[in-house]
Amino acid sequence: MTLSTDHILAHATHISGELRLKTLSLYNQAHAGHIGCSLSCIDLMIGVLLLHKAEKDTFILSKGHAAAALYASLNWLGEISDDVLATYYLDGTTLPAHPAPGQFKGIPFATGSLGHGLPIATGIAHAARIMDEDSYAYVLLSDGETNEGTTWEAAHFAMQHKLDNLIMIIDKNGLQGFGTTNEVLGDTADPAKWTAIGFETVEVNGHDIEEIYSTVKTLKTHKNGLPKAIIAHTVKGKGVSYMENKLEWHYLPMNPEQYEAATHEIQERYFNIAANA
Amino acid sequence: MSSLPPHWGSWKKQWAIIKPYVALAGNIPQPEIMKKYTFTEKKDTRSGFGAGMQQLGQQNENVVALCADLVGSLKLDAFIKENPDRFIQCGISEANMIGVSAGLAIGGKIPFATTFANFATGRVYDQIRQSVAYSHKNVKICASHAGLTLGEDGATHQILEDLGMMKMLPGMTVINPCDYNQTKAATIAIAEYDGPVYLRFGRPVVPIFTADDQKFEIGKAWMVSEGTDVSIFATGHLVWEAIQAGEILEAEGISAEVVNIHTIKPLDEEAILKSVAKTGCAVSAEEHNRLGGLGDSIAQVLVKNTLVPQEYVAVDDSFGESGTPAQLMEKYGLTAKDIVAAAKRAIARK
Repeated sequence: MTLSTDHILAHATHISGELRLKTLSLYNQAHAGHIGCSLSCIDLMIGVLLLHKAEKDTFILSKGHAAAALYASLNWLGEISDDVLATYYLDGTTLPAHPAPGQFKGIPFATGSLGHGLPIATGIAHAARIMDEDSYAYVLLSDGETNEGTTWEAAHFAMQHKLDNLIMIIDKNGLQGFGTTNEVLGDTADPAKWTAIGFETVEVNGHDIEEIYSTVKTLKTHKNGLPKAIIAHTVKGKGVSYMENKLEWHYLPMNPEQYEAATHEIQERYFNIAANA
Repeated sequence: MSSLPPHWGSWKKQWAIIKPYVALAGNIPQPEIMKKYTFTEKKDTRSGFGAGMQQLGQQNENVVALCADLVGSLKLDAFIKENPDRFIQCGISEANMIGVSAGLAIGGKIPFATTFANFATGRVYDQIRQSVAYSHKNVKICASHAGLTLGEDGATHQILEDLGMMKMLPGMTVINPCDYNQTKAATIAIAEYDGPVYLRFGRPVVPIFTADDQKFEIGKAWMVSEGTDVSIFATGHLVWEAIQAGEILEAEGISAEVVNIHTIKPLDEEAILKSVAKTGCAVSAEEHNRLGGLGDSIAQVLVKNTLVPQEYVAVDDSFGESGTPAQLMEKYGLTAKDIVAAAKRAIARK
């Protein structure tokens, strides 16, 4: 689907709701978990993948466990058809729980084993640099993923090689698999740490699509040799109140009643449609 | 009927399988004496890699080299001097180097990621598995200082499990050349091949006995010398030992066929079956753990296709230790003498 930036921004709330409904339906059909993780980053998908990624750019979903949000977004962009989307989680599908490589142009790598995305994206950014191409490597990390040492190896590499075409977005919802980030290993997505390492670091509201869009737009113009870190403050399970900021929605699947309640709430909050209308 | 040995049925089956190979082998004139190999110079295989990289630097502009702060050890100086813009220093961050290589590959580059074999495999296995092998990216993992012959640095650095780890990855090509010239040729050949490769080489100086103008064919075993009594399948530094073993055996009236399996994967099954069809027994020889290396790959081919005895020359499920390469090869049973003994055991089991 090719829609203008203005159109997407003007209808951002509806698109956000649409992708949420699509994502929930995938999880419902598959009776699968990682729902909170996908809902957490859908607005980042819109602000970056839908609004910024050009043909020559690359977008890596490093937090591969939010694959459903990526599939819904690529479906919206027309890269994954409705028929293919319906095969999510099924035998022989090209859309498994964690993204598989080699099936879609928008999914060049297997992700889901955490800590791989930033190294890959720095390599992509570096290739663009040595081939003198004006392109961007976008990579979306979870905050828990910044526990991984490879993330920090890649951060130093990106600094050393002045990869200002690398745009890293951290989905900072403060909850990882089995605890808050503070309980597990401390705040490894702390903006101060990314600033200290040298990244041009900006904090945004990860559910304000306009803010995400304009922040990326501004950072892209800063050809200052500094890789970019966008620390996006988000809510795990965003859009479904019984999931919001609840650790268990990292892994839990929904039962039919929960699915119905979730879709009704999305319709109310994102489309202004009353549940019993 | 009852007078037939109980295993007769299986031998009949075996004969049916190996018969075509025997017929084929029968058409090849057998040399009376073993082909002789000599050398005038010894060099390290890692220098062969360095020379191959230098040539690639001149002939393939897409080749880029990455290193995790071991430039001197990997003999990359000439490549870097001639192509400073195509060298990427990654620092002591091997896992990131593999990820960056995968990223460079989709940017259209042919990345050669280099470090010691220990750090190029075990340390970064998940990076290779996810970002290179599963994602099928054109990354060349080039690993020096493999095996016991690393020498005095000891067991921490002497990886003996790398061939096994790498060959288990679907889609991964695994190559372990035997001398300077073969390593150089292999380095150049893998740049032409589109897909992930693990290239293993080493630190000690060893005889140069292969041709300097050889064309390296991935997956094609090299017939070092033909024989009729036992097949010795050797890889890496053990190929020279196998040649020496062949000469010792010949002096004792035993005709050994020496085959260089430089490509562990994909394995040249046809060459292996053809050889054992002629000799009836096999010895595998490698600078690697007995578990999971070349020997096991050969055993799998044999057990699936025929019934011939095989003996292993390999490290017997152990870590290494500090010592000179010669001391360690002796202690861990990887010399010509050990291959001779294994050959006799294999022949006795025929």
